[in-house]
Amino acid sequence: MSDDEPAAPGPARNPRRAWRRLALTGAPRLTRANVLATLLAGLLGFAIITQVRATSIEGLDNLREDELVRIFADVDRDGDRLAEEIRGLEDSLTLLEGRSTNEAEAQRAAQQRVDALGILAGTAPAQGPGIVLTIRDPGGSVSSPVILDAIQELRDAGAEAIQVGDERVVAQTWFKDADTGILVSGTVVSPPYVIRAIGDANTLAGAMEIPGGVTATVRRSGGESDVEIRDKVSIDALLTLTSPQYARPVPTP
Amino acid sequence: MIPAIGLALGIIIGLVLQPAVPVWLQPYLPIAVIAALDAVFGAVRAILDGIFDDKVFVVSFLSNVVVAALIVFLGDKLGVGSQLSTGVVVVLGVRIFSNVAAIRRHLFDA
Repeated sequence: MSDDEPAAPGPARNPRRAWRRLALTGAPRLTRANVLATLLAGLLGFAIITQVRATSIEGLDNLREDELVRIFADVDRDGDRLAEEIRGLEDSLTLLEGRSTNEAEAQRAAQQRVDALGILAGTAPAQGPGIVLTIRDPGGSVSSPVILDAIQELRDAGAEAIQVGDERVVAQTWFKDADTGILVSGTVVSPPYVIRAIGDANTLAGAMEIPGGVTATVRRSGGESDVEIRDKVSIDALLTLTSPQYARPVPTP
Repeated sequence: MIPAIGLALGIIIGLVLQPAVPVWLQPYLPIAVIAALDAVFGAVRAILDGIFDDKVFVVSFLSNVVVAALIVFLGDKLGVGSQLSTGVVVVLGVRIFSNVAAIRRHLFDA
């Protein structure tokens, strides 16, 4: 098969012939076929570009009615679902805010109780206005009942926290005479006895001075006492809390 | 060669004029374009097979477009417009692929 052989009808199985045939048909000739093909091709190109532009520009506009209805229903459903989600989230937000407020409230109340009970039980240090009562005992004649009386007098006068020497005074504290001073809950405290008490300082000081009170008793038993009013008394002796072995709380009904 | 120039010319005219698709034509134009593409590929294949006939090409081109539009129109009237459009596109797509495969076998012997 030579190259100048004219393209004959029939299948062109040789690629080179196929190209040749294509080129021959596409060659610029003014035949009816060419004119018509060109016209139709131009129409096709025009239609393609028109459609492409319409699709890219108009978006929703060239959708059919059922598609629009479907999209509308989808959007509607999405909106409902999202509104539902918003409601749910707002509910949980309200719930959580309420809960955290309640919890903070409860925690504050519990902390207050812990502080109050710690001061009462002697497990927490305390400070505040009060007095420092110093009892000097040069003759060794001030006995534990005198100290106990002083403590009771301070309690009567509204002392909220009391410390004798380095021992915290609480409900279980006991006093006993010892050889070189007194025993306070098992610990020896030697004179001079320094009693610190937190409370209304003037009331406490007044309670010490009443006739027949602490000052008079100390003087009668051969000691000396003096009361110092302070704006800030520190009570830093601590007790370790032991859980009760037998006593159990009664459940509140 | 000249038809290719015609195609390019049509695209340029479309870009310059920026025509808006009339509403009544909107459902039919995409299907018509696909049908015309099918006719064009069929014509190229016919050229390579040596059985190209200009009359056949023009008739097949126009009848493809008209029949495709008719099918879409009928589908719209019957309420299955979108499904029928999809069906037409699938059928024409299959035909285009088989024509392109034949063209490829002719031109590249593969």
